[in-house]
Amino acid sequence: MERAYATTGQRLARLGLRLQTALVLLFLVAPIAAIVPLSFSAGSFLHYPLPGLSLRWYRDFFTSDFWLPTVWNSAVIGAAATALATILGTLAAIGLWRARFPGRGLVFGLVMFPMMAPVVIVAVAVYFAYAQVGLANTYLGIILAHTALGAPFVVVTVYATLSGFDSALARAAASLGASPITVFRRVTLPLILPGVVAGALFALVTSLDEVVVVLFMAAPEQRTLPRQMFAGINDNLSLTITAAATLLVVLAVALMLTVAWLRRRGERLRGG
Amino acid sequence: MTAADGAAGGIAAPARADLRRQLGRSRRRERRQAALLVAPLVLFLFATFLAPIAAMLWRGVSDEEVSRILPRVTAALAGWDGRALPPEAAFAALIEDMRAARDAGTLASAGTRLNYDINGFRTLVFATARRLPAEQPADARTALIAIDAKWGDVETWGAIRRAAGPATDFYLLAALDLKRNAAGDVVAAPANEAVFVNLLLRTLGISALVTLVCLLLGYPVAYYLSSLPARTANLLMVLVLLPFWTSLLVRLAAWVVMLQRDGIVNNLLLRLDLVSSPLSLLYSRFAVVVAMVHVLLPFMVLPLMSVMKGIPGAHLRAAASLGAPPRTVFRRIYLPQTLPGIAAGTLLVFIQALGYYITPALVGGGDDQMIGSFIAFYATRTINWGMAAALSFMLLGATVLLYFIYSRLVGFERLRLG
Repeated sequence: MERAYATTGQRLARLGLRLQTALVLLFLVAPIAAIVPLSFSAGSFLHYPLPGLSLRWYRDFFTSDFWLPTVWNSAVIGAAATALATILGTLAAIGLWRARFPGRGLVFGLVMFPMMAPVVIVAVAVYFAYAQVGLANTYLGIILAHTALGAPFVVVTVYATLSGFDSALARAAASLGASPITVFRRVTLPLILPGVVAGALFALVTSLDEVVVVLFMAAPEQRTLPRQMFAGINDNLSLTITAAATLLVVLAVALMLTVAWLRRRGERLRGG
Repeated sequence: MTAADGAAGGIAAPARADLRRQLGRSRRRERRQAALLVAPLVLFLFATFLAPIAAMLWRGVSDEEVSRILPRVTAALAGWDGRALPPEAAFAALIEDMRAARDAGTLASAGTRLNYDINGFRTLVFATARRLPAEQPADARTALIAIDAKWGDVETWGAIRRAAGPATDFYLLAALDLKRNAAGDVVAAPANEAVFVNLLLRTLGISALVTLVCLLLGYPVAYYLSSLPARTANLLMVLVLLPFWTSLLVRLAAWVVMLQRDGIVNNLLLRLDLVSSPLSLLYSRFAVVVAMVHVLLPFMVLPLMSVMKGIPGAHLRAAASLGAPPRTVFRRIYLPQTLPGIAAGTLLVFIQALGYYITPALVGGGDDQMIGSFIAFYATRTINWGMAAALSFMLLGATVLLYFIYSRLVGFERLRLG
């Protein structure tokens, strides 16, 4: 309808806008898209054209003592930090949503601050403090720091879900005699669960992507996948890194689609 | 309250007071429960996050080493005005202190601290300690100046007094290329030590440039995507969000592949005959800005889009129907309504850009390192915690200030990404 009345100038402007958008989207996606095919190269150079296709770099990745332990470390640290951040963050989000207690604004700002704090300061500070209580170069130390960095994502995601939650449902359950714990378990939690899971995935990706804290805190046996990639890029970019990168891109796509699906599901559950 | 009063109008006064009391009690209980739910996270963050940061910042102003290791001389210098050489008692105290510290093996850390102030002080301390007379000399001043003429310089003594603690502004001043002279006046640091103002300006400059590029690239994209039907927009949003979800290290590896000498960009430029020999794009300011824009662009597009989606098209059509040319409609009607999105996106990108460390480290050259790199450098390479803390203080101060502005303009609950 709009098109029919558009002048030539407006059409040109629209075309220009479309072109601009296409170029920016290309800029965003092209580098990531460019690194994926390299990981299937039969040769050992980092440029195109590929001499042939093979899975040798994936074989290299999955059989090497350099890479494989880091996958395990990333998984352990990520899982533990995510679990902690999800529990603490969900409780905090419910508290922040529930009542305007005194100092609420300050508390909100405080629990969200790790998201904005420069990670290098966090890493230096945490390393120095944890070293004094014997937590430097330990899994626990890294997990605690990653929990702090991931918790704000849980808080903000769950809080957003709660603000669409109809608290009359909880009151109805309570008036019918359900205890507060039953209300939470049977009414509130199922309705905000998509938000909780999405928040947990944000926390997980924060931990899996974090490299600065690990750079300071981890002994060689605690190195995570991004830490090893940092070493690899800094030192000598090999094609095994492109295989690792491709696996991480696949993971990113899976997580992103899951969160998008959860968001739609959450909206449907709330009748939104 | 007025609604409650009105509803309770028909109830007898004692019952009404009782009801109000009950309501107040239940509100208080609700507030208490809410605070209890938030408490675990707050306590956790205090212990694992805030206390460590506070402890580190404290190191930027605390200065206790020298007064612990050289207690007599720091006490003797307490009343000294710093204009002429200190009294004989200070010289005698220094000899005693140095002898004690040499025997206790603590001289090195005092020397390191004093060396931050005057380059070569560590050597001076050790050389002097080696040649100390066995007996306490009658004229300590002459004896010390005979060992090294630097003990006859007011500034040498000024450095000891400045390090006497318990608190110091030495590191904070140093982070601004300033220092105090022996008399205690703030003066410019010598040119070979004055690197920090330049570093702060470079950090601000790179962050501002990245933010500007993000705004210029992000605004049209956000506008176009917000004008599309939801289905198409969601599909294209995947392309904006994919980099956001992809690991930073993957993206940096990708930019190394793109920008290296025989990389994709150079190949393209050569094939198009735009250049005759490959450009060195990597390890440059250009690479840092490109990679940072790539990482931070989604943080600009998302807040812009959420604001743009809420702008009613009727306003624009009304302005156009009243005869405003498209440019005027944009400038007078559309742009002002997107200002909250511009503010949110700009602050979000700029705050994060200030603290960047990994990106300049991997794709930048020596002259492209930002304040984060220097914090890491002082904390790990030279173990100068005071300097690391002072630079952190600058960076964190800027971050907290901008974060506060963000919270006023946008609100914490809108700090939602992805």
